[in-house]
Formats: sequence, structure tokens, C-alpha cells
Amino acid sequence: MSGLFTEAFLTSLVLGALTAGLPLMLAGLGEQISEKAGVLNIGIEGMMLFGAYLGFLVAYATGSVWLGFLGGGLGGMLVAAPMALFCIRMGLSQIVIGIALTLGAEGLTALLHHFQFAQSYPRLPAVETLAIPGLSAIPVIGPALFDRPPIVYLAVLAVAATAYVFRSTQLGLALQAAGDKPAALDAAGVDVVRVRTFAVFSTGFLAGIGGAFMSQVGAGIFVPFMTNGAGFIGIVLAMQARGRPLWVLAGALLFGACLSATTALQVAGVSIPTDVIQMLPFAAVLMVLVLFGRRASLPPALGTHYVRGAR
Amino acid sequence: MTQTPNAAPMPPHPIVALDQVTKRFPGVVANDRVSFELWPGEVHVLLGENGAGKSTLVGMLSGLQLPDEGGVLVEGREVRIASPARALELGIGTVFQHSMLVPSLSVVDNMALGGPWWSRPDRAGVARRMAAVCAEIGVAIDPEARVGSLSLGEQQQVEIVRALMRGSRVLILDEATAMLTPKGAEDLGALMGRLTRLGIAVVFITHKLNEALAFGHRITVLRLGRKVGEIAPERLVALGPAAATAEIVRLMFGTHAGTEAAGGPPRARPAGAPLLDIEGLAVDDASVPVAGIDLSVAPGEIVGLAGIDGNGQKQFAEALAGQRRLAAGRIRLGGEAIERLDVGGRRERGLRYVTDDRLGEGTVGSFPISLNLLLKQVGEAPFWRHGIEQPEAIATHARRLVGEYDVRTPGIETAIGKLSGGNIQKALLARELSGQARAVIFAKPTYGLDVQNIRATRQRIREAADRGLAVILISTDLEEVLELSDRVAVMSRGRIVGVVDNNAEARSRVGELMSGVTA
Repeated sequence: MSGLFTEAFLTSLVLGALTAGLPLMLAGLGEQISEKAGVLNIGIEGMMLFGAYLGFLVAYATGSVWLGFLGGGLGGMLVAAPMALFCIRMGLSQIVIGIALTLGAEGLTALLHHFQFAQSYPRLPAVETLAIPGLSAIPVIGPALFDRPPIVYLAVLAVAATAYVFRSTQLGLALQAAGDKPAALDAAGVDVVRVRTFAVFSTGFLAGIGGAFMSQVGAGIFVPFMTNGAGFIGIVLAMQARGRPLWVLAGALLFGACLSATTALQVAGVSIPTDVIQMLPFAAVLMVLVLFGRRASLPPALGTHYVRGAR
Repeated sequence: MTQTPNAAPMPPHPIVALDQVTKRFPGVVANDRVSFELWPGEVHVLLGENGAGKSTLVGMLSGLQLPDEGGVLVEGREVRIASPARALELGIGTVFQHSMLVPSLSVVDNMALGGPWWSRPDRAGVARRMAAVCAEIGVAIDPEARVGSLSLGEQQQVEIVRALMRGSRVLILDEATAMLTPKGAEDLGALMGRLTRLGIAVVFITHKLNEALAFGHRITVLRLGRKVGEIAPERLVALGPAAATAEIVRLMFGTHAGTEAAGGPPRARPAGAPLLDIEGLAVDDASVPVAGIDLSVAPGEIVGLAGIDGNGQKQFAEALAGQRRLAAGRIRLGGEAIERLDVGGRRERGLRYVTDDRLGEGTVGSFPISLNLLLKQVGEAPFWRHGIEQPEAIATHARRLVGEYDVRTPGIETAIGKLSGGNIQKALLARELSGQARAVIFAKPTYGLDVQNIRATRQRIREAADRGLAVILISTDLEEVLELSDRVAVMSRGRIVGVVDNNAEARSRVGELMSGVTA
């Protein structure tokens, strides 16, 4: 077995964990904002996928990675808009609308992609990385963690920023109150609908960037259905993290490691059937749910529509 | 017990006044030309049974409702209180029965909630102002504590402090002691005393007479939407607790004692061995544990179970019917122990339960009347044979009962949920009183019905007793209990606090027992 753990293998494992984990982290972080405010956002898978599609399209058309990520964020918000309208304003079922949005985004992106790229499958050039002086020289984790595209650093900063917003701003208090006791927030003179709408759009933005990361950085190409359940894993992450952004980061890296282990083990030629290896991340999700699922605490008002004066 | 108000010379105007206000809701006049004055430094108690109009009155003061007629005056000037925010501006703070705090946030965060989105909550400033108010009124609250970890009494203190921090000079406490422990209620009473010494006016809403006397300076009694009396502070002091109690009981439960009770049940008081015999019945329940219920009912006797709603009547009835586990006790029907039987077993032996939750547990709204009439006999012959429905037998049964009990319906296949409340009740009575009934429990049988159906239902209850059934009549309507019962048992806090014969003194005795004044 000693041959397995070469420096190159370990570096690719850590790198893979980051590449696979980052979209999960952005999705989980976004979902956490929605859930904190009392919105169960099942449409997040669709938001990611639309972000992946639009991010790729913009990056391909303009040649700019940054515009691509911006496009991805906007793509996610485009899917978030009907969610905000139907669920937050009109009070329709968050679950039904969420499923509809995910299925709709899957169909729409596959269709558009089919018509645009029926003949050729253009790839994006590899995204340039930004080496952090000093840190990137550390063996194994240096090249894997500190010689990455700048969006990676920004995403990790977003975790810290979200943690700050939750803890130290009025917005954080408002989000918490919207999910815990919307009537109290309303009585304090804050519009519950506005807070929740903000939360859903934030989710769309973050999830969209997560999707764009998958198409622009991870694959370099858009493939229909490429998010492959990442949004749903994000929902699991958000629930397990119990309102703490840092836990989302940790959980996402764990899941990312499981995902990347599938590739790494296959590359290393371990004599386990590939089906078993590919099962690993989902087995990990199951394990986490079985072990910690009971302790997941959700805001009391999650999934419910707020009506003033109703108990 | 009664304290004199601490305010210095009386100001020329009451701090808040309602002038002949009327508020109507579809079908009811919730407040009918009610006047109400609130003076600084006074605890003004608003006393009345459920449905007396207390909540509506408070709603108009706190900005939840606008009066249809009449005016609201703050310091002599007419105002329009269209929202809770407007009420706060005018210095009227309300602590509602259900907490308006976010449980997962700390006390300071709850108080800081509501600034511009990107600003930092001013936690230190809030904590400082909070400490000042707390010191002034003599309460201790940890500003960093999570609200969810505080007791209900402490949460109430937080809300009071918050209202004062926002500059309230009038504090409305809506059923504030309803969810508190006796100790918590006592603490709240002491706190109200300290508040009035600071010149704050307190409106204290309650249906408990003893609290009204212990904490209040001025008492206003509401009954069926009307103000039936007010006892000013001087008078309250002069009367003393005993006389004040008598006066309030008279106001709360009506003045025509004697006259109507004399015309009570014309039937001779049935005697004989009890048919239904309950001994030491107890039910575990988180909100109202029921314990030590002893009650026996003779054939042909109606025992009324009076009491303010939510004092364990529902738990008792369900335990009796077999819908809840007994924690202890025995139930005998005609000498046979039935406490171990399930609902079906008890029903088979003749115990029937007419629920007050007619659409929730009494019927399946989307099912036809014919099936609802057999809801408790599904699968039994002759209506089902080997699991197969026998439409002819079911229809015959339904047609007979619909005719006998005068259920007004387009047909026996009509979904029962489409009928009026009165007709649903008739169908329920038909189901429960037909067949081999021997003892019947009625839970609030006329609740929500119109006058005609009330009369018809009461007639059915009398007939059931005349047929020799043992009847327990649970009702929060004292008039109804006094009109129908042979004996009246009073339930309070999960116990039967007294059983009285229905004679001329019954009204005032029952009133006292209901209000928690055990003389």
C-alpha cells in the first residue's frame, strides 16, 4: 500500500477534495441562508445547474472567467426569482415549487445546450491560478490549496463574511428571527417578506456561482445534468451545519474528499470494483444522516408561509 | 390585600379612555358600547369569562382592531390606533398571551432587532438601558441569556422591560397569568405593584377572580360584550375581599339568581344505584393534569360539569370515552369495570361520547351522512358482511336516523361537512344516542349553535335522561348547566372542586367555585 500514498497522489486527493467540495460549500452556504430565514430551498439544484450553464455560456462568449462567474450568480438568481415570487410572496408550497424549479432548470439547460452545441463541444481554457507566496511552497497541501484560482479564495472568504453577517449585523438577527418567529420580526417593524426574498436571492447567487465553478473550473465544459445532486448534498450540509457557516466549509471538504477519492482511487488502480468506489460519496451522505440526522435542528418556521396575525 | 393607588393628585384626564366603543364581527357584537378609563398608577383589571369581549377591548387599545363606533382618547385627545406601532408611539405597550420574542436569540438581540440591515446591533447600549429599567422596576434579567432558555415568567418580564424601554406609560397584560405557575403569577403581581408606584398604568386581563382582587385597584367586569359593572378603588377597599367577591360573582354570572333556578328541571330528582361510577380517575397531561376525579351518575340523572374552559374537562371526557390512557382510577358502568376497554369496547357496553370537536374528531367532513352515522361501527353487521359494505342496510339506518333526529339535509349521501353546524350536531346526537346507549357524555353540546338548535339539542339531552340514561353534561355556559342539571360539579385545574345540588343557591356557589374562590 505504501506505493499508493505518493506525494502526487496526496496532492491530487487534496486538490480533488477542494475542486469537488467548493461547489458543495457554496450550495450549502446559500441553502443555510435560506433555511435560517425559514425557507426550505429545494430549487437549489436547479439554481446550481442554471448557474453552471449560464456561467459557461458567458465565459465562453466573453472569454472572461470573472464575467462567467457573475453570469453564473445571475443564472442562479434567475431561478431564485420565481421561488421568491411563488413561495415568499404568494405562499405556495416551497417543496412543490422547489422540485418544479429543479426539474425545469434541468430540462431547459439540456434543451438549450443541445441546440447551441449540437455540432461541437467547445472547452474553456484552464482557469489561471493565483499562487499565494510562501504558503504555496508547503509540500502536498501547498500546491493543492494555495495555488488555486482566485474564486476559491473568495468563496472561502464568503464563509467568513456570512459568519460575520449572521453574528454581528441586524441582517443576521433578522434572518434568524424570520426563521424562528416571523411574527416577532414583523412586530419589530421589519418586513418578513423582504428578508426572506433577500435570503432566497442570496441562495441563488451563491448556488449559481457554485454551479459556474463546476462548469468553468471543474470540467471546463457544460454537460447537461452536470451538477448531479450537488445542490441536494448542499441541503444536507446546511441542515447538518445547524446555522454555522464554518461547519458548512468543513462538511463540504469532507464530502469533496469522498468525491475526489473515487477518482484518485481509480487512478491509483486499486483493485476494488469501480461501482463500489463511485458509491463512496453517497455512502458518506447516508452515514452522516444516520449518525447525525437526529440532531439536525431546523428553524421552527421552516417551510411555512408567514401571514400576519395568523397563529 | 387590596392596595390603594399610589398616584399623587388625580390628573384631569384618564391616560387612556374608551368612549362608548362598539365592535362587531360577523354574527356577533364583541363589544357593545363599552366605556373604559385608565388612570396612571393604577392596575385596572378587566374581568370576564371567555367570549366576554376582553380580547376585543384589548385589541382596540393595542392597535390590532379599530372600533366600529365610539372613540379612543389618549390624555383627553381623540386618537386613531391603527397599528401596534401607532399604539407604541402613543405609549401603549402590550404583552400578549403568546410570547412575541424570538426564542433562539439572546435577550439583547431581541431588543435590538429592527435596525438598518447592515448596521451592527447596539448590544452594549441596549444592555445598559435594559439594566437601568430593570433596576428601576426591580427585576433581574441576564441580557445574554437565550430567550428560549428562560421560563415563561422571565420571558414576560423581558417583554415588560422591552415595552418600558420603548417609553410605554400604559402596559397591557393580556391573560398574563394564564401560562404561569402560581409562583410566577405572584411575582407578576408584585411587579405590577412596583410599576404602578412609578406612575405606570396597567391593564390586567384575567378570568381569575382571586387574581383580580389580589392585584387590582379598579375592576371592570365584562359579560357577553357588555360592561356590566365597575368597582372603583375606594369602593373596592371599602367592600373588603368577601363582599367584593360576592359583588363580582353577581356581575360575572348574572343578577337573576333564584328566579330562573327555581324554574329549573321539573323532573323529580332521580335516585337509585349509580349507573356510571368514576373513582379516582387521573390523566397525565402536559398542560392540565387531571387527578382524583370521583363522580357517580344515577340512571336518568344529568350531572353538569361546569368550569372555565381548559380546566381539564376535555381530558376528563376523552379519558372517560377511552380516547386517552388513564393514569389511575376506575370506571364502572352498571357495575362492570370498563377502564381497561378501548373506545369500541366501551361503546358496545353503552357508553357514548358526543364530542365538541364536531368536524375534527366527530365526523369525516367529506364522507356522506350515512357513513358518518356509522363511523364508530365500521365493519359491524348488519351494515358490513365479511368486510363487504351493505348499501341497503346502511341507507335504511341512515334514513331512519335522519328522520328521527330531524337532520335537515338534501340527502343521506350528502357530504356531512356541507351541512350547518346545527345539523351536524343533530347527526352526531343521532349516532351517539341511538342503539344501546346507557350513559352519555356531552362536551359543550351547544357551542357555536344558533338559538333554535341550542333549544333542540337541550331537549335531546333532557329526553336522553328521561329515557333513563346517565348523563354528564360538560359546558362552559353556566346558564345551560343550571337549566339542565340535577347536580353541578365544578372543575378547576384538573380537579373537581365541588359538587352542588342544583337549587336556588347553586348559581352563586358554582360561580365562586369556578372563579377559584374556595370559600
